[in-house]
Amino acid sequence: MMSMKLSKKPAAAGHVERKAQDTKGDKVVAGVSHTMLALWSLLVLVPLGWTLLSSFKTTSEIFASPFSLPAVWKFENYINAWNTAGIGTYFFNTVIVVGFALVIVMALGAMCAYVLARYVFPGSRAVYYLMLAGLTFPIFLAIVPLFFILQNLGLLNTLPGLIIVYVAFALPFTVFFLFSFFKALPHEIAEAAQIDGAGEWRTFFQVMLPMAKPGMASVAIFNFLGLWNQYLIPVAINTKAENYVLSQGIARYAGQMGYSVDFGALFAAAIIVIVPVLIMYVLFQRQLQGSVSAGTMK
Amino acid sequence: MTQVTNEVKSGGGVVATARRRRKKLTFDKVSFMAVFLGLPLVIYLVFVISPFVQAIYYSMTSWSGFDNNMPFVGLGNYVKLFNDDVFMISVRNSVTLAIFLPVITVILSLILATLVTIGGSSRGQIKGLRGAGFYRVVSFFPYVIPAVVIGIIWSQIFNPSNGLLNGILTGIGIDSAQDFAWLGDSRTAMIASMVVIVWGFVGFYMILFIAAIKGIPAETFEAARIDGAGRFRTAVNITIPLIRDNIQTAYVYMGILALDAFVYMSVLNSTGGPGNSTLVMSQKLFSTAFTKGQFGLACAMGVVLAAITLIFSALVFLVNRLTGGTEDVSE
Repeated sequence: MMSMKLSKKPAAAGHVERKAQDTKGDKVVAGVSHTMLALWSLLVLVPLGWTLLSSFKTTSEIFASPFSLPAVWKFENYINAWNTAGIGTYFFNTVIVVGFALVIVMALGAMCAYVLARYVFPGSRAVYYLMLAGLTFPIFLAIVPLFFILQNLGLLNTLPGLIIVYVAFALPFTVFFLFSFFKALPHEIAEAAQIDGAGEWRTFFQVMLPMAKPGMASVAIFNFLGLWNQYLIPVAINTKAENYVLSQGIARYAGQMGYSVDFGALFAAAIIVIVPVLIMYVLFQRQLQGSVSAGTMK
Repeated sequence: MTQVTNEVKSGGGVVATARRRRKKLTFDKVSFMAVFLGLPLVIYLVFVISPFVQAIYYSMTSWSGFDNNMPFVGLGNYVKLFNDDVFMISVRNSVTLAIFLPVITVILSLILATLVTIGGSSRGQIKGLRGAGFYRVVSFFPYVIPAVVIGIIWSQIFNPSNGLLNGILTGIGIDSAQDFAWLGDSRTAMIASMVVIVWGFVGFYMILFIAAIKGIPAETFEAARIDGAGRFRTAVNITIPLIRDNIQTAYVYMGILALDAFVYMSVLNSTGGPGNSTLVMSQKLFSTAFTKGQFGLACAMGVVLAAITLIFSALVFLVNRLTGGTEDVSE
């Protein structure tokens, strides 16, 4: 038994509670655990709460004290961020780019994973390893040639160009995750569909894809977060201000304001960027945490 | 048909070959394969694989990008890089991040995950702490916030005059913290940046470890408890060896992320910080390519970055293998 061979170890700090296998010991452990976890939760929540509070203050109030409540809750900060800082435009660009990229990558990724998982053809291993390479190498290695590929295709600084690059770089993750998912689906059902006369296309769209829904949902949430938060790719290949996505728009807004500009609006802009992901997170919290575990137990 | 179903169990491949023998290639099948495999592959090859390959070639040219003139310079760019003091500083900073960030993040998230999963009562069923759901939800939250926004929020927290940190520190009586620029002092800039990245990722790895710990059968913990192991002993001697593979994965992911770190570092200190103390390779690569237009040189930096990434992953795997790997727990 594992625990036997490890018996000679110096008693560590947390070890003392062990002998008290009664409710008192449990209370101590629970108390210490709750204290530490609560401290961590505070560390997470305080910066966010402070951002929210500051987003309602005027710049001079922000400079006066980091803790004070605003004299007047200044909702104009949000209007200023949306209009003056251009967050509104960036928001719509992001919705368009992430929306299209997400639909396309889910469709292509599911198709590719399905074929790789369920058919044997020459070169299928090679395709699999190519996908693995895409997951391993840093995007930074690709970023310069990518810039010129898009330039040559006339897609540089355009939203379609950004969409297709998002699709390409989200593809390996999508394929890997769905690969194991399609592999696990029972073959008998596809067989039955074929016997009933369904072709390959129909088998996929009417039988297999609906069965893969849970896996698709998890991957879609992860892809949504990844694409919504993407920064490097747009900064490199989407440099026209009117096509900016949220992450690069807010970074530029933060960068260009020295010490004289509207800090309240900056905090408001941060909140505007956080809210959509917060809503997604709260709605899909269960699937998200579930798929973290699924993704690592392959 | 029974035969086919039997073969299915032995592996999907067999049935596909059997089917191919049975059926001719139909239009249905050909069009299906062309679209389902061809379309994604073409996009992937054009926008992901070909840039990787081209980067390796460009790294051996002194291409400036403005014309098609690509003088081949062999390994000249690499020699130049190793003699470039600023680039070597950026390599050192990136390696520093790759050494410290995974250790700190993994240890912190392991501790929190352990507290959540085995902090509950030592009697009866093995169970987690009460309110564990709340801690899980809150801790995971930073992971979903865009990295850019995390950087902006924290650069405001570290702000010398109106930041939250100095406000708290002066509030509890540490007056030397008044107007101290955490990101503007070369002694603290790197540490402050690391704090931000750790803050952003601990929750994610905590959830990952919680899931892994929950995958361990409860009987294992019960057996340990009957043998008299306390919580601490259980955590160190049972839990950690059993989720060793997850820890390795987390370590590699976090290391790869630390070697990139572009978003955090460029938002916190866009120019590389005081005395280049927070300049990382990815920032140097980006400015070399898109500000200075030295594309050949930038690609060489990309190759160096990729090489360091691969060496890092290989080292983690090697160390894990040498120190026992999965053998401990398979007995």
